[in-house]
Amino acid sequence: MIQKFVILMLATTSLLPAQNFPAGKSILEKVDQNMSARTRISVSRMEITMARGSRTIEAKSWSEGDKNAFTEYLAPAREKGTKMLKTDRQLWIYSPATDRVIQISGHMLRQSVMGSDLSYEDMMNDTPLLEQYSAIVDAAETIGGRSCWVVTLTALAPDVSYHQQKMWIDQERNVPLKIEMYARGGKLLKKIELSDVKRVQGRWFPMSMLYKDMLKKGEGTRMTFLDLQLDTALPAGIFTKASLK
Amino acid sequence: MLLFKTALQSLIGNGLKTWLTVFVLSLAIVMIIIMQGILHGWSRQAIDDAQRWELADGQYWCGGYDPWDPFSLDSATASIPEPLARQVEQGLLEPVLITQATVYPEGRMQGVMLRGIRPGQQLLEIPTAVLRGDSMGPVPVVVGAFMARQLKVKLNDEMILRWRDKNGAFEAVDIRIAGVFKTAVPSIDNGVLWIGLENLQAMTMRQGEANILVKSEAAEVIEVEGWTFKTVDKLMEATLLLVKTKSAGTSVFYVIFLLLAMLAIFDTQTLAIFRRQREIGTMVALGMTRGQVVKHFTIEGSLYALLAIVVGAVWGTPLIWYLSAVGISFPMEAAEFGVPMADVMYAAVTPGLVLGTVLFVFVVTAIVSYLPARKIATMNPTEAIRGKIL
Repeated sequence: MIQKFVILMLATTSLLPAQNFPAGKSILEKVDQNMSARTRISVSRMEITMARGSRTIEAKSWSEGDKNAFTEYLAPAREKGTKMLKTDRQLWIYSPATDRVIQISGHMLRQSVMGSDLSYEDMMNDTPLLEQYSAIVDAAETIGGRSCWVVTLTALAPDVSYHQQKMWIDQERNVPLKIEMYARGGKLLKKIELSDVKRVQGRWFPMSMLYKDMLKKGEGTRMTFLDLQLDTALPAGIFTKASLK
Repeated sequence: MLLFKTALQSLIGNGLKTWLTVFVLSLAIVMIIIMQGILHGWSRQAIDDAQRWELADGQYWCGGYDPWDPFSLDSATASIPEPLARQVEQGLLEPVLITQATVYPEGRMQGVMLRGIRPGQQLLEIPTAVLRGDSMGPVPVVVGAFMARQLKVKLNDEMILRWRDKNGAFEAVDIRIAGVFKTAVPSIDNGVLWIGLENLQAMTMRQGEANILVKSEAAEVIEVEGWTFKTVDKLMEATLLLVKTKSAGTSVFYVIFLLLAMLAIFDTQTLAIFRRQREIGTMVALGMTRGQVVKHFTIEGSLYALLAIVVGAVWGTPLIWYLSAVGISFPMEAAEFGVPMADVMYAAVTPGLVLGTVLFVFVVTAIVSYLPARKIATMNPTEAIRGKIL
């Protein structure tokens, strides 16, 4: 009798998460619907906190998926007018000081953006999560008073930068509020805290993101969207070298 | 012989002025020999150090490998082809795999070049035996003394290493400084972390691949598609060019020394001819041809060079011997300088260098002595005796 009871209890508890938690795939779908856009025009501010002080960079960006991106730096004065064009794996930078367009190796995309905790790749990556990861919902937790699903994402292909990610996704708005990014061996590499979730053209979108390289000392880099337009028509020829000058 | 004797007597008769000129000239001779000797010794030492630590008897480069473009490293690796793989197995070639990585000593972020080499290799002097380590603990790495200082780490310190595998996925492990070596070759020290080859191949998912193969003397050079063999001369081209440029740069100093000495000789000769007009007139009146008088004054001037060679040999020989045997130490680190450069540099003085310098100085002195003496050819002996010619 006791044996039957224990088996019944075990079966019930093991079935519980499966019954209560939604499928990871459906959550990712909803997150992609919010976060991923065909085109994006944004004005953002990046506050980089380093050991020797902090610096703020403002930029206007136009992007199309994760292939094409064009960025013009607006501040500080030293960087103002610097433009960057990325098309597929090619990268060009225009510096107003030298009035020259320089092509930079595509590998530069993996480097830090002006000493921040973000790489160019991190900044421009807009590949839908569903295309890169499989997802399993592990738990339900609360972050900043919002109920979240804790979802573990595992890369579907070997060429995804972070083999595993853990996301705390707002159950109601389907927006991640915290992301942890892991190496293949399981070491925590990066953490992103997303906040100030607002309605942007019918979607929920976090307007502020705090990136933190977990291997490095420092307080991280905060990226704030001052203006954001999603799925809007982009100016013709914006992703050509002619637009750099 | 008579001309030589009288010229020597007049020179010695000038007293302190002669010896001052001789000393400056001897200074120029010895300085030229020492500076050229040190530069020659440097280039010889640079080649020797580079061969012992990095190049051995040359390198095979995988197609597209460019040591000056770290961003192209990932696309410049390949599996070692069959004929070369056999030589690798025999220990005649040493494969090196290179990738970019980031280390975090004490939470500071620093970009590094991660170089994989076999722990058991004997070809290069890098202390790779310590790279064996155990498979459980942090991965052992060795660094040069300059790099250790840059990272602010010491033996057995641990830190995190982050890199991307060949697919671009991030990976990170703990590493331990298993060895710190001192080298005069900055390209294997500055910004470089040495790790076991198999470890790095596994970490980057590039099993059996390498960017370069270091050749031992016993290995034959084979033409292999996709790999280019570079000789030591080719690989040292930039360093030797730099030494050559330095050599040209330092010649400014001995041009200044020589100019000072030559100015003194020219001045002395001009003054002597002006002051000794009566003597010149008498010499011609007594039957010496103008040519013989010109020769007399030219020999007198050239004797400065001969005396300078003797004086230079007296004080310069022990100094040159000291610099050749004990050397001269420089407070700067090779890695800071960017080219192979030992702490102590030895002067490599060859008989050719000494003879060449001495001959050069002698010829220049003879020319400078002859120039003012030419005026004697236009002298009228009677006017000269009266002292009204110049």
